[in-house]
Amino acid sequence: MSPEILLQFCVAGVTYGVVYGVVAIGFTIIYNTTGIINFAQGEFLMLGAMTAVSLHRHLPLPLAIAGAVAATMAVGALIEVLFIRWLHRPSVLRMIMITIGVSILVREAALHVWDEKSHALPHFTGDAVSALALGGAKISPQALWVVGVCGVMVLALSAFFRATRLGRQMRACALNRDAARLCGINARNMVTFSFVLSAGMGALAGCVVSPITYVQYDSGTGLAIKGFTAAILGGLGSTAGAAAGGLVLGLLESFSVWALPAAYKDAVAIAIMLGVLFVRPSGILGSAEAARLREH
Amino acid sequence: MAGRWRGAGFAAGLAAAVIAVQLAASAAHKVFYLTQLTMAAYSLLVVLGLALLMGFAGQASMGQAGFFAIGGYVAAFLTTHDLTPLRGRALPAALETLHLLQSRPDAYGGTLLHVDPRAALVAAVAAAALTAWLVAGPVFRLRGHYLAMATLGFGIIVHRIFLGSPHFGGADGISDVPALPLVGGFAVTGRAAARVANYYVAWGIVLATLWMLSNLIEARVGRALRAIHGSENAAAAVGVPIAAYKTRTFVLAAALAALGGVLLTHYNGGIGPSEASVMKSVRYVAIVAVGGMANLRGAVVMGTLLTFLSLRGYFGSLDDLVFGGILLAMMLFAPEGVVGVGVWRGVRRLLARRRDHGSAA
Repeated sequence: MSPEILLQFCVAGVTYGVVYGVVAIGFTIIYNTTGIINFAQGEFLMLGAMTAVSLHRHLPLPLAIAGAVAATMAVGALIEVLFIRWLHRPSVLRMIMITIGVSILVREAALHVWDEKSHALPHFTGDAVSALALGGAKISPQALWVVGVCGVMVLALSAFFRATRLGRQMRACALNRDAARLCGINARNMVTFSFVLSAGMGALAGCVVSPITYVQYDSGTGLAIKGFTAAILGGLGSTAGAAAGGLVLGLLESFSVWALPAAYKDAVAIAIMLGVLFVRPSGILGSAEAARLREH
Repeated sequence: MAGRWRGAGFAAGLAAAVIAVQLAASAAHKVFYLTQLTMAAYSLLVVLGLALLMGFAGQASMGQAGFFAIGGYVAAFLTTHDLTPLRGRALPAALETLHLLQSRPDAYGGTLLHVDPRAALVAAVAAAALTAWLVAGPVFRLRGHYLAMATLGFGIIVHRIFLGSPHFGGADGISDVPALPLVGGFAVTGRAAARVANYYVAWGIVLATLWMLSNLIEARVGRALRAIHGSENAAAAVGVPIAAYKTRTFVLAAALAALGGVLLTHYNGGIGPSEASVMKSVRYVAIVAVGGMANLRGAVVMGTLLTFLSLRGYFGSLDDLVFGGILLAMMLFAPEGVVGVGVWRGVRRLLARRRDHGSAA
């Protein structure tokens, strides 16, 4: 493989990898505060991108994206309040079914609100054919937007968790819910915030990546699987691990196209996930101890 | 053994209902309803296996459509793949001496030499059971979310393979699957003339499966499974070999799903990749949930009703939404099922309360 092609695969891998990382972080935020895996995580990206496409018919691009992110955050809050908040200590199986049910509801609603066609926002700068040269590889400016926006988002998130009161309260809940409650933190609201936060992040990632990947009503399931794989790779529960897991998955997937037919790209990601689950369920970066404790 | 069957009353009722429906449909000249009921019966095999797995072994499989598709696709491939060019080779020759090959005219006027549908059935069910056995080892080391994601992932891989592989017809699937001959001149086929016979064949298989599973859960195995569902640690403490029981149940559920897949494929004369989709798997889980997890009768009733309505197109383009909505509503409001213990427990509690009031007065 020539160095140019190697670089080209890396560029593609990183571009998709950061998106998987964002989905994985979304999983992580909700998992840490509730102990549940939100199977509807991928739907947030789809919803954000689809809403932005619709709003963009009447509004300039930045406003359309801001509107879409806000709307998706509202949906995230709604999901938590309607389906999660009032359940008392439900079984894991029940929570899985509920979030899968929610994901179907959102997806089918999207099918009826929009249609079964692919949609995309326009490229933020340039267009589909414009490309920057980087050591022999071609990069779409949109890829830089994706990497830039997702990178900033991850940094902003870590600053939010460290520096703000709300962020610290959420972290306290993730560490020990009962202790956090004793300190006067409203743990239930923190769960709602975690849904709002991961919905907003997902929606923004969906908007920036849509000019490259396009979205349709059923894009969410695939993204959720990728995001979960990334989260597993990074050791479920760690934000930094989730971001790293996303990059690793993106690169692996990108290079898989070199060895296997492109039709099996998604199967590669899932095979990686199954492999990690079977060999080391705590993830490559996570500690076995932490994963075992969190399972209950 | 049969005398001890606890579900005998239900089975007799079901058999009577099956006959009554056929007579009513024939009398009203509405035999086309029997087609959907036959198809519903074959999906019920998947549902019954999953009900055993979820309700008694406590393991949710989100990839059951994958096993259904493995069964259907292997049978379809073996009974449509022309072996004429391979005639001299060792394996086809061996099959020929065992009388396991069959030839028939194909759509283009030539002859097609392929595996006998009955041998294909055995191979298809065995393939699914073997896959399940191989997957079960690592899968059942997982629990909860991990188990759900792993089985979901397994289902998606199966879907992708059938969708992406030219040997399995890609997005078109496999068509022109021949009839499956059974004993006594009966055959599983979609021909209109054989509609009534096929209806009885399908429901006969459902009843036989129900009988087998009911016996199973009343026996020692069933008690062991319920113990596992209740508390794995407690079950292990009294010496239940948990891993072995979980694996066997998983393999049995997969084999049943594959059997349903094989029979429905022969009945429809073909199979497509959508049978392996995630939504199909979710649908089976939704039906088991609505029937009541540990309730085979509930699974039969709700499975028939929902599959029939869905096949008749009563939900139109809202079909997936209906199943997703059912799943959600069940898990939110009645996790024990509608037909299942939830309602009966409620009724019993109500009766008990009334009796208490009576004795107090």
